[in-house]
Parts: sequence; structure tokens; C-alpha cells
Amino acid sequence: MADEAQGDGTRAARDSEIERTTEAESSAARLFDVRRVIGALFTLYGVLVLGAGLLDGDDAAEKASGIDINVWTGLGMLLLGLLMLAWMKVSPPRVGPAQDRDGDGEAGAASRPTH
Amino acid sequence: MDDLRLDLNALDYTILGAYFVTVLGIGFLARRSIRSSLDFLMSGRSLPAWVTGLAFIAANLGALEILGMAANGAQYGVATVHYYWIGAVPAMVFLGIVMLPFYYGSKVRSVPEFLRLRFNHSTHLLNAVSFAVSAVLIAGVNLYALAIVLEALLGWPLWTAIVVAAALVLAYISLGGLSSAIYNEVLQFFVILAGLIPLVVVGLNDMGGWSGLEDKVAANENGGEGFLHAWQGTAVGDVTNPLGSSWIGIVFGLGFLLSFGYWTTNFAEVQRAMSAQNMSAARRTPLIGAYPKLFIPALTIIPGLIALVVFPKLGAEEGSFTYTNAIPLLIERYLPNGVLGIAVTGLLAAFMAGMAANVSSFNTVFTYDIWQTYVKKDRDDAYYLRVGRLVTVVGVCIGIGTAFIAAGYSNIMNYVQTLFSFFNVPLFVTFIIGMFWKRMTAWAGFWSLLTGTLAALTTWILYKAEVISFRTDLEETFWGSGAAFVVGVTVAVVVTMVTTPKPDDELQGLVRGVGATDLSAGELVGDRTWYRNPVLLGMIALALAIVLYIPFW
Repeated sequence: MADEAQGDGTRAARDSEIERTTEAESSAARLFDVRRVIGALFTLYGVLVLGAGLLDGDDAAEKASGIDINVWTGLGMLLLGLLMLAWMKVSPPRVGPAQDRDGDGEAGAASRPTH
Repeated sequence: MDDLRLDLNALDYTILGAYFVTVLGIGFLARRSIRSSLDFLMSGRSLPAWVTGLAFIAANLGALEILGMAANGAQYGVATVHYYWIGAVPAMVFLGIVMLPFYYGSKVRSVPEFLRLRFNHSTHLLNAVSFAVSAVLIAGVNLYALAIVLEALLGWPLWTAIVVAAALVLAYISLGGLSSAIYNEVLQFFVILAGLIPLVVVGLNDMGGWSGLEDKVAANENGGEGFLHAWQGTAVGDVTNPLGSSWIGIVFGLGFLLSFGYWTTNFAEVQRAMSAQNMSAARRTPLIGAYPKLFIPALTIIPGLIALVVFPKLGAEEGSFTYTNAIPLLIERYLPNGVLGIAVTGLLAAFMAGMAANVSSFNTVFTYDIWQTYVKKDRDDAYYLRVGRLVTVVGVCIGIGTAFIAAGYSNIMNYVQTLFSFFNVPLFVTFIIGMFWKRMTAWAGFWSLLTGTLAALTTWILYKAEVISFRTDLEETFWGSGAAFVVGVTVAVVVTMVTTPKPDDELQGLVRGVGATDLSAGELVGDRTWYRNPVLLGMIALALAIVLYIPFW
């Protein structure tokens, strides 16, 4: 159990560690856009599954209670993928206050000062 | 055929492989944005509401949830919708409208940290440790759920399945931290839907549509007319519904205690909202999540009912035909190569979403609430970033160990509900009183939390020792929660009467009515649009939950 000495500090003192991380280091809003990733993967999946649906024989449809499920699922995923990519075009990612949206990022990412 | 084994071809493996590559890619991309421990453990509080909202629901949509709810669908029928419409949506709305202003407005980094400010260090440490324990236990459940699926479906040995999947989760979280977990959860949400929707479409078509399925379930020897109704047979004293619980148990046990306990205080969920870019986005996070939640039962319970009809042997204690295998069995029966790969990828994605949510919340609580607060104070931030990465590795390793505890339960959803009644319900009681009653003292918080947990634990032990009896495991969790609630409230009130409350200036922004919380903090252009109003979004979700019950009365 924690000792009482810690328990009766002032609110301000006890908040110090929260403040430190919050104020000094929360500026890294440099995030890539997840819509591009979802759009790309679903477009790929759509093409693959639609292709499989067009090529596979009656066996596949028979297994799926008579529905050409690969064709329909493929079309659905392709549509979702393209919609995500289109959404990117219509409303591009917000460029945050952070200046360096560069691609190098990797080395020293953790050590570089934020301000 | 007694052996459940899927026949994946090159196309299916290509789909699975493309998913693995994408997941790791997100990890590497997210790594670029990591400059501090706050970036790693809280996404730098920078995410838009639609991202945190979908991550919020995906974090809940683990393999455990999908397999477990389909199992409940087969075992209890349509009544399983209670887990969604009364057992989730109201609590999500409450979190968004009432509780997030306190969480987000006080800038705390975790749920235990809120307790430290509102109560004291003892309460904080108790909750931080019990959360850390429950997070790794539940991570283990997800691992186990995945391992049995992979072993059964793909013929991968249990250990290979566990290690491959755990390594993947470990890789992307230790690279990109919470951002990586959250972005992957958004992707997983879509992949999971893409896997389940075709299964439901094909299955329903085979049953002759919904009405065909209804007829077959009603005529089924393991089903019956009671499987098609949510509220019939729930009268007190005359309980005939498959859940074995009266409406009081459902409304107060599940709908109020278990549900509010899980959704409003479980840090794995709340963390997603805390990482949002401003107050408006944080409040909308659980509300955006509530809309998919309303319709997910169609993708879990319907497959459960179809499996009940298609597989007469379903309900076996072990082997291929356990309730938990309802969805894998249907995948094998109905899906041809191509969609098959998507469905298997969806299950894997679901596993990773559930596990990642637990691991990414575990490392935050361990780093900030245990390590930084009690073990190594006042180091530079880079030190805590390293600790966060290291703890991720430790958390995944412990999760592998706890997978074997979960292996002892035949219906894993019941195991999880039991854990929730231990950990979440007492916490919710302490929280809700602390947030609304400013007189509640620091030690009242501690003792309420401790005795509430012990009350739930005692109920469970007495049930297991057959001192007291309940109709189902599920009913035990309802009553265990009830015991935790009554004991927690009583102790909170009694201890408050004999101890000194905190002065008002220490409670600013933590208790309703003390100080003001800025609801428009960090507001962006467009956040005031009517369709982004949290209260309106919440009310529509509640109304939909009621309307959806009507056809299944």
C-alpha cells in the first residue's frame, strides 16, 4: 500500500508528472492517414476475390447455397476500397501544426526534440 | 465428418499474407510519429473521432466476442441480443455524454490515474494492479480463442499458432504503440465485417431466409420457440427463458452493473476515447461505436442459430462441436476459397484487435501508474518510452501463459463475464459514487473498491463450492455483480461518514458540480454541426436499441 505522505500532497504537485508529458511532448500529431491503407488493402482484396469468383466453377456456388458469394463479396470490398481512396481525394489529411511531416522519421524519432 | 479442417488454397494464403504485411506496415508507419511516451502510450491525443470510434468498437470485437456471442446465440438463442441492446448501448451512451467530460477534461492518462486524483494513492495502486492482472488474463483468453481456431481450421499446431499471432501483435505494438494498435483496429473492423457478412448471407439463404430459420429453430430439439424471443419467460418466479434469468437479473445485472462496469471503467475501451484529438471527438468516440454495436448481433447470433440447425451434434463438451466452434463450423460448411481466406483473416484480425487492446492498455497502466508513480519517479521521458516498449513484450509473454487458464472453460464468454464481475463492477460502483458525490472520502474509495471486489469473489467461490446455487454460470455473474454493488455502496457510505472529505479545490473537474469542465476544449471548425452533437447521437442510439427489440419481444 502507498504511504500517506504521498496521499496528502497538493493537487498541483501531484499533477506534475501528468503536466510534464502533456505540455511538453504531445505535439506529435504527424500521423499518416489510415484511409489510404484500408483503401489499398480492400481494393486488392476486392480484385482478388472478384477474380476468383469469375474463374471458379459451379462447385464454389454450390457450396455457398447457390450464391456466387466470391463475386458479390469481391464487388463489395472493391467498392469499399475505392470509396476510402475517393474520400482521401475529397478531404485530404489535415496537416497538423507539426512542421516536419517528412518521410525519414525512422532514425532518432524518439530522441528528437519536439519544439 | 468429425474433424473440422479448412482447405485453404494459395489464394486464401495470399489474402492472409497481404493482411500480415499491412499490419506490420501500419506499425512501421506509426513508428514515425512516436517522439515521446505520450505518443507511444496515448497516441499524442491526436486522433479524429471516426478513427477512435471504430477502434473503440473493434477493441471490443475480439475473436472472443465473436466466437463467444455466436456460442451464446446457439446456446441461448435470440435472448443473446441483451448483451448488445441493453448490455452495451446504454452504457456507451452514458460514457460519451456523462463520463468522458471528467476523464478527458482532467487530462488523466488512464482510469487508475483518475482514481489517484479523486481518491488517494492506495485506491490508485489497488486499481492499477487489478487492472494489470485482468488485462493480461483477458489477453490470454483472446490468445486461446485464436489458437483453437487456428489449430482446428488450419491444422497449425497450438504452439505455432500462439507464437506466430502473439509475435505479430507484439511487433506492431512495440513499433507504433497505441497509434499502431488503433489504426490496426480500424482496419480490423472492416476485415471482420468482410469476413462475417458473406457467411450470414449464405447461411440465411440456405435456411430459406429469416422466416425459414425461425421455423427451423422453433422445431429444433435443442432450440424451441423460446429461442426466438428476448423477453418472454423472464417473469420473476417463473423463469423459463434459455438464459435462466429473470428480467431483474437482465436489467440490473447485465444492463446496469456488468455493462456499465465494462464500458465506462475498462481502460482498454476508455483509452481509445482518451486518445481523441479534442473533447468533442472524445465524447463522440463511444457514440460512434454504439451504431455498429446495434447491428453486430446480426453477424454473431444469426450464425449461432444457423449452426444450431445445421449441426445437430452442436453443444458437445469437447471436440469439434462445442458451441464456441459455431462460426468456424459454418465457415467450413459454406465458404468457398477466396471468401474463405477473407473469413479466416477476419477471425485472425479479431483476435489481434482484442489482444492488442489489452496489451496496449496494460503497458500504459504499468508504465504510468505503477512504474512511474511508485517505482522509478522523475526519469526523463525517453526512459518511460523504453519502459513502455519493454512492458509490451512482458505483457504479451504473460498473455501466452494465461491462455492456459482460459483453456479450462467450455464457454469462454462466461469466463470473461466472471472476470468482469470481479474487476469492473466494483470499480464502476466506486467511480459512479465518486463522480457524483463530492463528500465521498479518499478512504471510502479504497474500501469500497476492495470490499466490492471481495464480495464478487466470495459469491463466485461459494457458487463453485456449491454452497449456493444458480441456474446458470451466467446467472452467477449477475448476482455476483449485485453483491459487489450492494457491498460497495454500503461501505462507501459508511466509511465516508467516519472520515474527512477532500477540500473542493482538490476535486476541480473530477466531481460533478465542482468546478467547470470545458466541453468545447480544442474545438475544431465543424464540431458544432448538429450531427456531431453528442447528446443527439446518444439519444438516437438509445431509441434504435428500443426499436430493434420490438420484433424479438
